[in-house]
Amino acid sequence: MNRLGELERAIMDVLWEAQEPLTVREVSGQLTERDLAHTTVMTVLDRLAKKGFARREREGRAWRYRAAESREGYVTELMLSALAQTGDRQAALARFVRSVSGSEAQALWRALQALGGAIRG
Amino acid sequence: MAVIAIGCVQAAAWLAAARWPRRSPVVAIVLWQAIGLGWGLAAVGTLLGLAASRQRYGVAGDALAQVARFLRSPGTFSGWTVLATARLAALTAGLVLLTLLCWVLLAAATAGLRARQRQRLLLSLLAHGDPKVPGALVVDHPVAAAYCLPGLRSAIVISAGTLDLLDARELAAVLAHERAHLRERHDLVLLPFVALLRAFRWSRAAREAHRAVALLIEMHADDRARRHRPARELATALLRVGAAGGGHAPSGALSAVDTAMDDDVDGEVAARVSRLLRPAPGLPVPVLVLIGIAAAVAVAVPAALLVVPF
Repeated sequence: MNRLGELERAIMDVLWEAQEPLTVREVSGQLTERDLAHTTVMTVLDRLAKKGFARREREGRAWRYRAAESREGYVTELMLSALAQTGDRQAALARFVRSVSGSEAQALWRALQALGGAIRG
Repeated sequence: MAVIAIGCVQAAAWLAAARWPRRSPVVAIVLWQAIGLGWGLAAVGTLLGLAASRQRYGVAGDALAQVARFLRSPGTFSGWTVLATARLAALTAGLVLLTLLCWVLLAAATAGLRARQRQRLLLSLLAHGDPKVPGALVVDHPVAAAYCLPGLRSAIVISAGTLDLLDARELAAVLAHERAHLRERHDLVLLPFVALLRAFRWSRAAREAHRAVALLIEMHADDRARRHRPARELATALLRVGAAGGGHAPSGALSAVDTAMDDDVDGEVAARVSRLLRPAPGLPVPVLVLIGIAAAVAVAVPAALLVVPF
C-alpha cells in the first residue's frame, strides 16, 4: 500500500478509537508516527472527509473530525456487498462458493462427514 | 433470421439442462458465448430484415438505407400505408434492441467497476494481511466468505470466519481457485451474461444462461486449482464454506450414517464437489471439434445474413 494509503488508514484508526470528535492536533498526538507535519495530517483528514469516511464540524476556530460510521459499520457494508446473492454487486465480485442453507447445507455436512473431514466451526 | 434467434434460445435451454458441459467447461463456455452473440445478431437482424423493403445491400445495409431515406424526407416516406408503418416500427424496434444490448453491456461493466472501486476503498482502510493466506486480504468478520476483486488492481479477500473454518491446505486450495479467476479474467467472460440478465430480468432463459455460465466458470477455476492442489482439499473447502452459511451443523446431520456423496443431492456446490472427487473424463476430441464448429456457425450465419445480400 502506498504511503498516503497507510496514513489514511492510521488516521481512520485514531478516529474509530476516539470517543469524541478530534482536532487535527489531537489526531497528530495519537498517531504512532509523531513527526508528521500538521498540514500533512490536515490534508489527509480533508481527503477522508471528501471520500465520506470522516465528518468535520467547526468548533470555535478549529475543525473537529470524527468517523462518519463505525468500523463495524464499514465491515458490514463490505461483507453484505460480498455476500449479495443477486444484482450488480454480486456480478462485480467472484465468490469462491455461494453459501447454502436448509436441506442442501445438511447434505453438504453429510458429504463432508463421509469424506472423513472433522466438523469444525 | 427469426429461425436462428429462436434456435439460439432453444439451444441455450438445451445447453443449460445438459450434463456434458461439466466435463469440458471451457468449450461449453465458448459455445455459450457464441450462442449469446448469435442470438443478439439474429434478433436485431430479424427486426431489421422485416423493415427492409428491398434486398440490395444485406439486412444491415438495407436498414441503414431505410433510415437514410426516412431522415432525408420523412414526409414522403413511402406514404403512410399500413405496410410502411409496420416496416418503420420493425426498423425502430431493431435499432432500439441494438442500442439496448450495447447499453446494458456498458451499464453492467460500469456498475461492476463502481462496486469494485468501493470495495477497494473500504479494503484499504479495513483489511490486513495474514501469513496464513499470503497475498490475500483478511477482513475481520465471523461469517465465512472468500472472493476476489477482478481488475487491474486485483485482490483476493478472505474473512476471518473462513480462516477459522479451513485448515492451511484448504486455504491454499481456495487461493489457487481465486487466482485462476483473476489470472484469466473470468469476470469479462461472464459480463455479457450479466448484461443480458440486466436487460431481460424477467426472462427465464436469461436467468438460466447466466446461472449456467457462472457455474461453468466456477468449475473451470476448480479445474485450474486442482492442477496445483489435491482435489480433495478443494472439495472439503467447498463443503465447509458452502455449509457454513446455513449456520452450525444440524445435530441430525452429525449423526447421519451416509457413507457416500449423495447422488440425489441437487445443487451447485454438490455438483462441483462430486466432479472434484469423481472426475469424469474430458470430452473426446471429435466432439470438441463438433462443438467448435457449432459455435462458429452460431455466430457466422447470422453475421453473414446481416451483411451479405440474399
